[in-house]
Amino acid sequence: MELSGAQILLESLKREGVDVIFGFPGGAVIDIYDQLPSYPIKHVLVRHEQGAIHAADGYARASGKVGVCLATSGPGATNTVTGIATAYMDSIPVVIFTGQVPTPLIGNDAFQEVDIVGITRPCTKHNYLVKDVKDLARTIKEAFYLAASGRPGPVLVDIPKDVQQAVTAYKYPKTIAMRSYNPTYEPNVKQVRKVAKLISQAKKPIIYAGGGVISSNASENLTWLARTLRIPVTATLMGLGCYPGDDPLWLGMLGMHGTFAANHGIQNADLILAIGSRFDDRVTGKISEFGAKATIIHVDIDPTSIQKNVAVHVPVVSDCKCFLETLRTEVEALAEDAKGGADRGPWIDLITQWKAEHPLCYKPSDEKGLIKPQAVVEAIYRLTKGDAIISTEVGQNQMWAAQFYNYHTPRTFISSGGLGTMGYGFPAALGAQMAFPDKLVIDIAGDGSIQMCIQELATAMCYELPVKIVILNNSYLGMVRQWQELFYAKNYCDTCLDVAPDFVKLAEAYGAAGFRVTDPDKVESTLKEAFALKRPVIVDVRVDPEENVYPMVPAGKSLTEMILV
Amino acid sequence: MRHILSIQVENEPGVLSRVVGLFSGRGFNIESLNVAPTLVQGLSLITICTIGDEQIIEQIIKQLRKLVTTLKVVDLTKVKSVEREMMLLKMDAEGTKRAEILRIVDIFRCKVVDVSPDELTVEVTGDQGKIQALVNLLQRFGIKETARTGAVAMKRGMQE
Ligand SMILES: Cc1ncc(C[n+]2csc(CCOP(=O)(O)OP(=O)(O)O)c2C)c(N)n1
Ligand SMILES: [Mg+2]
Repeated sequence: MELSGAQILLESLKREGVDVIFGFPGGAVIDIYDQLPSYPIKHVLVRHEQGAIHAADGYARASGKVGVCLATSGPGATNTVTGIATAYMDSIPVVIFTGQVPTPLIGNDAFQEVDIVGITRPCTKHNYLVKDVKDLARTIKEAFYLAASGRPGPVLVDIPKDVQQAVTAYKYPKTIAMRSYNPTYEPNVKQVRKVAKLISQAKKPIIYAGGGVISSNASENLTWLARTLRIPVTATLMGLGCYPGDDPLWLGMLGMHGTFAANHGIQNADLILAIGSRFDDRVTGKISEFGAKATIIHVDIDPTSIQKNVAVHVPVVSDCKCFLETLRTEVEALAEDAKGGADRGPWIDLITQWKAEHPLCYKPSDEKGLIKPQAVVEAIYRLTKGDAIISTEVGQNQMWAAQFYNYHTPRTFISSGGLGTMGYGFPAALGAQMAFPDKLVIDIAGDGSIQMCIQELATAMCYELPVKIVILNNSYLGMVRQWQELFYAKNYCDTCLDVAPDFVKLAEAYGAAGFRVTDPDKVESTLKEAFALKRPVIVDVRVDPEENVYPMVPAGKSLTEMILV
Repeated sequence: MRHILSIQVENEPGVLSRVVGLFSGRGFNIESLNVAPTLVQGLSLITICTIGDEQIIEQIIKQLRKLVTTLKVVDLTKVKSVEREMMLLKMDAEGTKRAEILRIVDIFRCKVVDVSPDELTVEVTGDQGKIQALVNLLQRFGIKETARTGAVAMKRGMQE
């Protein structure tokens, strides 16, 4: 079969099972768009390429499949960079196709030429410039394989215009032959046996789970382990949803805005099982004091994550799911009374007491009658019973969304963890909604962040993606203001957003629905009304402008040095 | 501590930039860098001399292995190895200096590879110590220009 490069791309996408791509056209990709209508692939036309890459990323996080994004050369390509870095930091499988100027012009500063392969080298798992159409099919095959295997991540494929036009015999490779890439999935069994033994001997163990548990689909395995051996569980922002949020062993998130029980749990544990997490500074606080009393076991598929920030006692390079399956075999081989778990009573009691004495909390609305943002998130939880997909923007809104909503299942919390990208939440929600058309998808937003990708309201309207945007509108870049309040003598320099659009009118301008809430008593009823609509909605909730996120561990402090409410 | 890393990579466009970018992006040191194709079609060997404590070197090696284009990384400091480096030195060699320079070149078993009425270009090959010793000796005559390859190294056949 003789196909052009553009056809090869689309045919290969079809064979990879891609049913939707997010993109934006331009001169260097017209050939691909020209062929698009002949293929059973839905194209979502965004309004900014940043929206395309975030939507592809949100689609990937929600569905577990590889997200795909398409952009033209030059500015189209550079507009995806923030989203590529976002996906890279959170290990999300996306493949980005960019157009490039024709090969004879490369290097000549041609119109809309940019070295996107050079620019994205440090923020992709791998990237390619395809100079010969004969290499295209194999490159696409490799790109999908790389994105989804091992530690997942974004892979970019740059395709010059003449390569899209060139014709060659097409054969999509069935297998991959990459001698230089062999991720390790299976753990060393002896190490796992050692882990089983250490856990059985531990009096005060804790599980510190991260996004790896979700990306390897290991939540059930983790839940089995925790419940069987009675080990309390905390998770990072990226790990939320990997363990049922209403379980007695669940401690909540740890770290800078972690719960009292989680942070004290880590600092008092005699054994920490870190699984699919990477000891980020927002999680560990003062690194030299993190889990200082514990034997630390670290399971991660990426060897570079291990011993990077913290010297751990038992390193295990493995896929989280493979590790947990092997561990289960080892645990089940032990005699009932040798598994551990029996004498954990005092530890569980202590943790239960911490949870009861220091739950996440906030001062309720006072006589000023201001809405508390935390109460809004709680209302969303009550209305959805945890059965929605929540995405977030970045800042205080993100932390409250992480704290005051109980995530029960994986892939229901979608948030930019590693990069902290404002503007991520809304396009990511569109991607998630694309993957799950019948689910309620809610972006818990800040008034600052939402303005960074607000143009995608047009996309939501165009494809009838009924995403609900709930803006926790504090008229501030709240998280930065909080730092200014606490650490910079209240010098609120350039964090006040008192000049803002009327978000209700803005929604209406796009043809979406808009609501505004200022009365604490109307929050739940308004949200209920909004969620019932089958179209995109903005709910502008005017919240207490100077509310802070607590608990808070100031940067560089040890995890138990928490500022409480 | 100084480590010599031998890195086998796919010989394809951009591969060097992946390796070098990793060092600059993560704040690792490169003392010297050498790259050339091997006798095996499609494979290149990069030799990097770097400095760092054990934890940093471990991280560098893992990060290098993580690059999709890397086949193999060996820390030659961990095994018995031979290390060589080549340097060209253009010497001011006017009048009476000439004979003395040639004598030193002879003692060090170096070669003179270019001659002009007032200059001599000397080629020296050896480990860092030898090269430094020669430089120290020749300095007083006036070294006009140098060019240096950076270390290449190889594991010894007999390890004990
Ligand atoms: C693209 C980008 N620019 C800047 C920042 C720094 N930053 C982190 S949180 C924040 C404030 C966000 O304001 P808003 O969206 O209103 O959220 P709030 O904290 O008020 O809930 C800023 C500016 C960022 N994370 N991302
Ligand atoms: Mg705000």
